[in-house]
Amino acid sequence: MKEKIIEKILMLLAFSAIGALLLMAIFIFKEGMPIIFKVGLKNFLFSAHWAPTKGYFGIFSMIVSSLFVTIGALIIGVPLSLACAITLTEFVHRRLMRILKPTIELLAGIPSVVYGFLGVVLLVPLIRDYLGGPGLSLLASSIILAIMVLPTITSISIDAILAVPYTYKEGSLALGATHWQTIHMVILKAARSGIITAIILGMGRAIGETMAVIMVAGNALKIPTSPLDPVRPLTSNIALEMGYAAGDHRAALFATGIVLFVFIMIFNVSANIITKRWQRE
Amino acid sequence: MATRINPEFVQRAVKIQLFGLTGFTIGILFFIICFISIKGLPQISFEFLTSNPVDMGRSGGVFATIVSTIYLIFVALVIAIPLGIGAAIYLTEYTRESWVTHIIRFGTECLAGIPSIILGLFGFAFFVMALRLGWSILSGGMTMSIMLLPTIIRTSEEAIKAVAYELREVSFSLGVTKWQTVTKVVLPAALPGIVTGIVLSIGRCIGETAVVIFTAGSSLRLPGSFFDSGRTMAVHFYILAREGISMPNAYGTAAILTLSILIINLGAYYIMRQFLKKM
Repeated sequence: MKEKIIEKILMLLAFSAIGALLLMAIFIFKEGMPIIFKVGLKNFLFSAHWAPTKGYFGIFSMIVSSLFVTIGALIIGVPLSLACAITLTEFVHRRLMRILKPTIELLAGIPSVVYGFLGVVLLVPLIRDYLGGPGLSLLASSIILAIMVLPTITSISIDAILAVPYTYKEGSLALGATHWQTIHMVILKAARSGIITAIILGMGRAIGETMAVIMVAGNALKIPTSPLDPVRPLTSNIALEMGYAAGDHRAALFATGIVLFVFIMIFNVSANIITKRWQRE
Repeated sequence: MATRINPEFVQRAVKIQLFGLTGFTIGILFFIICFISIKGLPQISFEFLTSNPVDMGRSGGVFATIVSTIYLIFVALVIAIPLGIGAAIYLTEYTRESWVTHIIRFGTECLAGIPSIILGLFGFAFFVMALRLGWSILSGGMTMSIMLLPTIIRTSEEAIKAVAYELREVSFSLGVTKWQTVTKVVLPAALPGIVTGIVLSIGRCIGETAVVIFTAGSSLRLPGSFFDSGRTMAVHFYILAREGISMPNAYGTAAILTLSILIINLGAYYIMRQFLKKM
């Protein structure tokens, strides 16, 4: 009898995470949906006119900024991460890999505010002096985010590459392929879905990152036309205005959160589907 | 006619590039840590750690923010540990793989991917407004506990799975009930692995800003109870740096934040290594 009760309690605890997730979705949608209905979904998503105190709620420029910043982070971060993953798994001694992999993973622990701060004191002046513009820019945000997603993408890619059966490599080398031919024609192909999962998870981190981006993005409300333009992604918009927003304005920030939430869930679900396929392979 | 590039040459060229990129990446990471340490460590003194911020942080130390951070960690862990370990026990000891465990795992993974700003929004709407807890350590801690759940569930699950099945069989064969086996045999053996997850969680609590700023507020007073607002060290650092209040104090706080988290995470790795060696 006691055992049965314990089992029921444990089951309840096991549902705590998913319960929290549902509760979160319910509350954010409850707070944000009314304003989306009020201004119309099309207007909300595809108008770039954001003047919440005057009743204009269009987040198009922020959606574009978020996507650009994320894509920029991937363009810079993915090649570096993959280079690290390939070098550590294929070209260095296993013992060195066992030291360097945790070292790279440790850097995921550095708080995002610290990354943002480093961006402001080191990167922004460099961009301003050598490339022009205000320095606070799409480019600065992308570079900082690239460094922040590096540990995630590298670590999961290493696991994916290590999971490729050794016989694949032996077979390819036996056929006379060079080591590099083996890597990019055999090993990377076999590890493909794991690496894609890593990149999607990195994307999720990049699009959701707030405190680092808010410090280096410049937060200007317009659709960026060059990498040196200041931008305001979705996350920054929420964090910047939440402190003083009320009424419709606050609701519009929650609605911005809904859009972000939908993006993240799309990433999560696709990462999950690809991982499943990877495990089946 | 196109000439074929010698594959051996390509191999050598690629190898040099890959090593270059890897060296560059690891170089950046080391540079970050060195830069923060060199700029920040000289600012840290016994007085910096034990005196309260004066004049919005223009001078004085960070004592109140350390206290707020510790209170917040305490609340978050008190909630997240039982929930997380309970969930891990259920997933590993009480069920077989089925659609139920798939849903639970998927939910946990999604929760791990939720950005902190969304958690902050939720904590504000739910704990601060709906439950009328206001900006307080309690609201902040409860929101943080949600953020920690996936980490604790996952690491505890791994640790419990690593415990040899024979231990359970011996226990069952002695007529011990399932729950007793779990609490007396499995959990003690898995403890170091579980502790790893908890230690990593402490590191995340110290560094988190977006969640805390919306739920615990940013009052600089020393919090008297869990119902008071409090400014954690990460939030304090954000305000110092963003509003340009005091660069020396910002560097000092950045160094405390970064180095304490790195040390905590190193500790977690060490515990995990020892644990896996014993298994």
